[in-house]
Amino acid sequence: MNFISGYSRIHQGRLITPKETTVFAAADFHDFLEKAYDQLALAYPKFYKMDPLSRLGVLASEILLRETPVSNYLPDEVAVVLSNAEASLDTDLRYQATIATAPSPSLFVYTLANVSMGEICIRHGLKGENAFFVSPSFDPQWMSRYVDLIMMQDQVKACVAGWLNVLSDRYDVFLYLVEKQKRGLSEIHSAETLARLYQ
Amino acid sequence: MADLKVQIIEALNLKHLKPEDIGDDQPLFVEGLGLDSIDALELIVLLQQKHNTKIANAQDGPTIFKSVRTMAQYIQDHKSS
Repeated sequence: MNFISGYSRIHQGRLITPKETTVFAAADFHDFLEKAYDQLALAYPKFYKMDPLSRLGVLASEILLRETPVSNYLPDEVAVVLSNAEASLDTDLRYQATIATAPSPSLFVYTLANVSMGEICIRHGLKGENAFFVSPSFDPQWMSRYVDLIMMQDQVKACVAGWLNVLSDRYDVFLYLVEKQKRGLSEIHSAETLARLYQ
Repeated sequence: MADLKVQIIEALNLKHLKPEDIGDDQPLFVEGLGLDSIDALELIVLLQQKHNTKIANAQDGPTIFKSVRTMAQYIQDHKSS
């Protein structure tokens, strides 16, 4: 049995954790991202160069791993499993728009969904097994089964998992940390728990 | 050079910087602004799009992109009519 130690949710202008909900009065999605960055006092200039998917991933992982740090594990003991519906389409479309004039190298490098996972891993020094899946919607049943399978490996002690989706100004993020022993939230890692926390 | 600094900040999304934060002779890569290889490609696009200037020899890149001053000098010397 595995346990959910904590989670972070970014949805409808809100940053949500088990402890608190922060609401931002932002003019638009990009303003929201920058206000959230300022609120977290990230001091990570690379954030500005990232595409929205990576920015959301870095914000959500920052919130999650500040409350439930994984620094007690070796880098290759922490896995990452993410999923979303739109892959990197948000950035793909913007890159496509630059092709007619001058294709943007800095947009091109974000035209893969799993790059957002790489940005999370770089930010937090995670080097464990990772995978990014695309599905029509967040599937608690599938996600709980897959993460439990990953956690069966001896070398995997923890897993950052969840849903990271954005297209235009529609965004929906739910990241959570799974560990083999109880800590923090200490909820049983199951489809039912994930469905309840994601609501 | 002030305009070029504004263009660099915009092209590379260096929103944490103001033009006056970038020294005329400050190294752009590694120990200076800390730009990377993708930034170098964006600077090449910037030269082409904003200044109608191409780099004929890729080996000249490190010299051209050493600082804002060397970029400005290259633009001045090679701008197409």
